[in-house]
Amino acid sequence: MAKLQELMKLSGHQDRVWCVAWNPTGTLLASCGGDKIIRIWGKEGDKWVCKSILAEGHQRTIRSVGWSPCGNYLASASFDATTNIWSRKEGEFECIASLEGHENEVKAVSWAPTGLLLATCSRDKSVWIWEVTEDEEYECASVISSHTQDVKYAVWHPTREMLASCSYDNTIKLFKEEIDDWTCCNTLESHTSTVWKISFDQTGHRIVSCSDDKTLKIWQEYLPGNPEGIDTIGKESAWKCVCTLSGYHNRVIYDVDWSHSNGLIVSACGDECIRVFREEEISDKNQPSFSLVCTQNRAHSQDVNSVAWNPKEPGLLASGSDDGDVKLWEVVLD
Amino acid sequence: MSEAFENDDNGDLKQMRELVYDLIRGIIDPEKPETLEELNVVSEEDVSVSRLNKDYLIKVVFVPTVPHCSLASLIGLSIRTKLETSIPDKFKLDIFIKEGTHETADDINKQINDKERIAAAMENPNLQRIVNQCLENS
Repeated sequence: MAKLQELMKLSGHQDRVWCVAWNPTGTLLASCGGDKIIRIWGKEGDKWVCKSILAEGHQRTIRSVGWSPCGNYLASASFDATTNIWSRKEGEFECIASLEGHENEVKAVSWAPTGLLLATCSRDKSVWIWEVTEDEEYECASVISSHTQDVKYAVWHPTREMLASCSYDNTIKLFKEEIDDWTCCNTLESHTSTVWKISFDQTGHRIVSCSDDKTLKIWQEYLPGNPEGIDTIGKESAWKCVCTLSGYHNRVIYDVDWSHSNGLIVSACGDECIRVFREEEISDKNQPSFSLVCTQNRAHSQDVNSVAWNPKEPGLLASGSDDGDVKLWEVVLD
Repeated sequence: MSEAFENDDNGDLKQMRELVYDLIRGIIDPEKPETLEELNVVSEEDVSVSRLNKDYLIKVVFVPTVPHCSLASLIGLSIRTKLETSIPDKFKLDIFIKEGTHETADDINKQINDKERIAAAMENPNLQRIVNQCLENS
């Protein structure tokens, strides 16, 4: 049987952990939460230890953190309505900018693969796109008001200049730049409650989403002129829900991450479990089958809020929970 | 599972249910001087306790004073805060408006069970103050 092996418990946060995020080389892990502090964890010998504490950057909960593709910057999104940019020089972090503009809680922040664009989203229903100028200034390039409710998360496509977001309005939306502004090119509807998180697979042709409706959904992109004959409009692709994983999760699913190295999907759930799913070897692209590889019961002693695959070490996983702990896991496949 | 164990567990669940009701009955309504019990917003029958794995799964259903009550979400927040700060055991909590007793029940149910919205609300000094008033002497 496949299983998750707990490698380490990283304690230190004084309140719930909302988010864990690996740097692009997988050597550092950032975590944040209700204690308004960012902790940076790194490996010393065989052990992961807290390398830095980034305090006094935010007045309220830090909801999420995201690394720039070069790994030299960390962005933090807070309930205090601001997003901070931290610069890492010689191992030390310094707050170099605070992005203001959202009316209330910022829920997520994500860097485009080029490192030149940043996206933030908020309970104010908007998604903001920020341009990074040559002298490290951050300028608002667009305010997208397409969702009708609280936007929970926004993430860039792994290779294309396309942004995806998900919301309390139960939808996922995709955005592209058209002539001189960003517009919504697709709305993905199927979840029956809040969509908390989305994650692209390595190819960028698929998305996995998780929801308050206790399901995971797999979405497949169909390019114009696709052999399957799925209708597309103009030069836009169509995205279709091709698989729903229901019956596995007992409470809200707060996070999902699709590994770009081994294709495994991991979920974080309010029932305190971490679950790993894998596409079956014989699987139809248009009706794929995914199976549960393993369930880690009581992965934490409270809700699991965040899970993230290490980008370089396949099978290495980090999680964060309401219990205040960050944990590292190794997936041992059969 | 032996019958004796089940009975024991039923006893535990019953005790927890009584504890939950005892804790929420005295909460003061956000706009009236009476308690939630006096206004029939909460009742013992509308508290249920079951198990999720080994933990308590508590469900509280309440009846807003009027079907367009604008403070229903504050009542939900007060009930949650009271229980989360008072019960020593581990539990999961769902709070719902009784079916058919509020015009926008679905919207409010979604809001008062979204833990991110709850966490943000509890960092808002104004909301914190109002909730604390509701919980005073309760």
